[in-house]
Amino acid sequence: MKVSYFPGCTLKTKAKELDAYARKCAEVLGVTLEEIEDWQCCGGVFSTSRDEVATKLSSVRALKAANDKEQPLVTVCSACHNVIKQTNHQVQTDAEFADKVNRYMAPEAPYSGETAVYHYLEMLRDLVGFDKIKEKVVNPQTGKKIAAYYGCLLLRPNKVMQMDDPENPSIIEDFIRAIGAQPVIYASRNECCGGYVTMESPELAKKKSNAVTGNAAAAGAEMMVTACPLCRYNLVKNGSEIPVVYFTELLAEALGVKEDTNA
Amino acid sequence: MQRIGVFVCWCGSNIAGTVDVQAVSDALKNEPGVVFSTNYQYMCSQAGQNMIKDAVAEHKLTGIVVCSCSPRMHEATFRKTAAAAGINPYMVEIANIREQCSWVHKDMVTGTEKAIILGKAAVAKVNLNTPLTPGESPVTKRALVIGGGIAGIQTALDIADAGFPVDIVEKKPTIGGKMAQLDKTFPTLDCAACILTPKMVDVAQNDKIRIFSYSEVTDVKGFVGNFDVTIKKHARYVKEDICTGCGACTEKCPMKKVPNEFNLGMDNRSAIYIPFAQAVPKVATIDPNYCNMLKNGKCGVCSKVCAAGAIDYKQQDEFIEEKYGAIVVATGFNPISMDKFDEFAYNQSKDVITSLEFERLTNAAGPTAGKLLRPSDLKHPHTIVFVQCVGSRCDACAEKGKEYCSKICCMYTAKHAMLTRDKYPDTDVYVFYIDVRTPGKNFDEFYRRAVEEYGVHYIKGMVGKVTPEGDKLKVQASDLLANKQLHIDADLVVLAAAIEPDKSARPLATMLTASMDTNDFFTEAHPKLRPVESPTAGVFLSGACQGPKDIPETVSQAGAAASKVIGLLAKDKLTGNPCVASSNELMCNGCSTCERVCPYGAITYENKEFRMPDRTTAIRRIAVVNPAVCQGCGCCTVACPSGAMDLRGFANSQIIAEVDAICK
Repeated sequence: MKVSYFPGCTLKTKAKELDAYARKCAEVLGVTLEEIEDWQCCGGVFSTSRDEVATKLSSVRALKAANDKEQPLVTVCSACHNVIKQTNHQVQTDAEFADKVNRYMAPEAPYSGETAVYHYLEMLRDLVGFDKIKEKVVNPQTGKKIAAYYGCLLLRPNKVMQMDDPENPSIIEDFIRAIGAQPVIYASRNECCGGYVTMESPELAKKKSNAVTGNAAAAGAEMMVTACPLCRYNLVKNGSEIPVVYFTELLAEALGVKEDTNA
Repeated sequence: MQRIGVFVCWCGSNIAGTVDVQAVSDALKNEPGVVFSTNYQYMCSQAGQNMIKDAVAEHKLTGIVVCSCSPRMHEATFRKTAAAAGINPYMVEIANIREQCSWVHKDMVTGTEKAIILGKAAVAKVNLNTPLTPGESPVTKRALVIGGGIAGIQTALDIADAGFPVDIVEKKPTIGGKMAQLDKTFPTLDCAACILTPKMVDVAQNDKIRIFSYSEVTDVKGFVGNFDVTIKKHARYVKEDICTGCGACTEKCPMKKVPNEFNLGMDNRSAIYIPFAQAVPKVATIDPNYCNMLKNGKCGVCSKVCAAGAIDYKQQDEFIEEKYGAIVVATGFNPISMDKFDEFAYNQSKDVITSLEFERLTNAAGPTAGKLLRPSDLKHPHTIVFVQCVGSRCDACAEKGKEYCSKICCMYTAKHAMLTRDKYPDTDVYVFYIDVRTPGKNFDEFYRRAVEEYGVHYIKGMVGKVTPEGDKLKVQASDLLANKQLHIDADLVVLAAAIEPDKSARPLATMLTASMDTNDFFTEAHPKLRPVESPTAGVFLSGACQGPKDIPETVSQAGAAASKVIGLLAKDKLTGNPCVASSNELMCNGCSTCERVCPYGAITYENKEFRMPDRTTAIRRIAVVNPAVCQGCGCCTVACPSGAMDLRGFANSQIIAEVDAICK
């Protein structure tokens, strides 16, 4: 199976390991990630002003590129996923916006939201299947108590993201089970880490991050997994008492390909 | 040829405002069969009806067309008028020129044109009408009440009081329902048990009432006045007529680790149990899922200690068949599951509870003997947060909650908050609400007292997150009026869970062919004018099975349902609807198509001998309609491939004549 892949800026700089493990694991699972040529930054956060067009164009270009190859578009970073999926939804539902972006880009055939956007986790669940992952695991993470950290961008707004129940998510827990470990349920798993507030008000972000990591540790977790580089940055920077790793790193370990990767 | 009279009604200005009634009566004068045509201000009035009667006598009319409001409004009125004038009531046709014409059109020209066309169609139909006589069926003078909560209890008592026998079928081992689990009742704060248990005893002692507890209705056949019902009485492994309810068995039973459903699993009971002290019938029941004797044949203690010898491990489920004239549905409600509301950490902390669990925690017969202690460590909570509308009025999250208001939560939360502050003044009580809804006699005064006299902190806004941390529950919420975020360290969080109809309601509705809304509440025949009747004749609604209700409202509805049942059972004969389907046996080829589409099970087949043209005889399978069961919906007439099935009063030929008249 071949899919279009949008890594995003952070995966090329601060979160190289998230990217490297994602590619390596996809290979093992029989998925070829074809990186979109000349992709541009997604913009970092979805602009909620309805008439904003320019900041959303890079997302539309990525969506269009995947559509030209008739492939689904896979993302890994929570923020990229959120921006691209929301932009796609706006193209699908807002005719005026779709018209504007098509005029800006002037493609041969107009783009109207046909591309299916998958987060890497959704790809594992819906395109590969957690059962298949279970079969491919050579190094089961038995006994590890892992807390899934969703953050806010991955699941919300639910109407658009349609990934999982935003209050009672299970996708990362199911992933943790698939690689043989034990998920730890804790209340703050879908709370915000502080996000970009960390630039403006580091103290507030620290409070938010510590609430999350403290809650996970108190619930008995030995480790946290996340899909979001910004979440990991905040949790680690603010002194998490337990390690925070990307889910792809854990997957690579379970699939036995962690050592070969030069992260 | 018919002699038809046409009567065009003005309905004051309702019709005459947009329809030229004179033009209509003039135009219809020339239709085939019409011998008389007039118009009048109010045809339904005494004077209008007399006008019809006089015209019948004077012009020797055989058919009547009234151009007026919807037949739902006055068809019955004009049928009575016809009968009084000596014509068969089914020779009357109504042309609806109000709801379907004058009210929807704005200008006189189109309104008049359409009224004339509708009148012509009615005339065309009456030309083909034949007199119909309704059949009669007897009434079984016994009522069935399904559900033994306060709704079912009150309905049964009222019916029995009028002298008719009633059976209550209750799926739990005792009657009493949710009200038996409550502590105090708003707005007067009398104890639920004190006002409910005397009624339960009345039911037990009333010789007109039989209780089938631990039983379910498994099949319903028949029709109004003549229902055949099968009741499955689950084996309780105790002989009901011998058991004295002494409770010795429950004390000696070695299996004591069974979650006690009466206390919502907050404590345990034994495998043989009596749900609560005032249970009716007060007999023990063995839970086959936990009883060692029933599971692996090892134990038998209860049988040894039972002085009456009531234990019977070999008891089997029993099926009882009984005839009833009327059925009352009183299946009640349940709080919804909190599994999908993980933001409130219900499954993560024992100290996040539902309001019904709170009732048990404050009840003297509850797991803490009425002391308000939180479940995790049995310590007294000093800060309690009540969250209203959990799963109610859920628009965006319709998948996990309900769109409707559960109606009772505002009041019981005010009650909980007030009682807590009254008994434990050292406790801080917060109530988070979207709106406080207190319409009801003395309800708003009650809520104001909670706020003003008892110092309950009412905060407009919702709780976003509850995070268990250590022995505290960190509550994150917004205060919408102050526009700020609140963080409260609570000891106990109480969720006012939305209520939904009992799960047994849906299969029961199918058995009764009674309709339900999208939320599985039973639909009433008319939301305002027939609130306790189901659209299915002979089926009545009592209590929360029809919509969320508090106790006062449930009791009044229960009484209303009972009065409707009494009205039905007081009749010796029921007049049927003569507009039913019938099959032309010469054309029927016995294909079973009609039987498959009939929603009421009114069609059966029989083999009948026919004399063939060559003087031989042949046996053919033909459809037979039971006119007492048929509701005249017409499904079969459309489905019948050979055109054998026809509906009396709405024959295919009549419908075609109407269409022809309209299209002419």
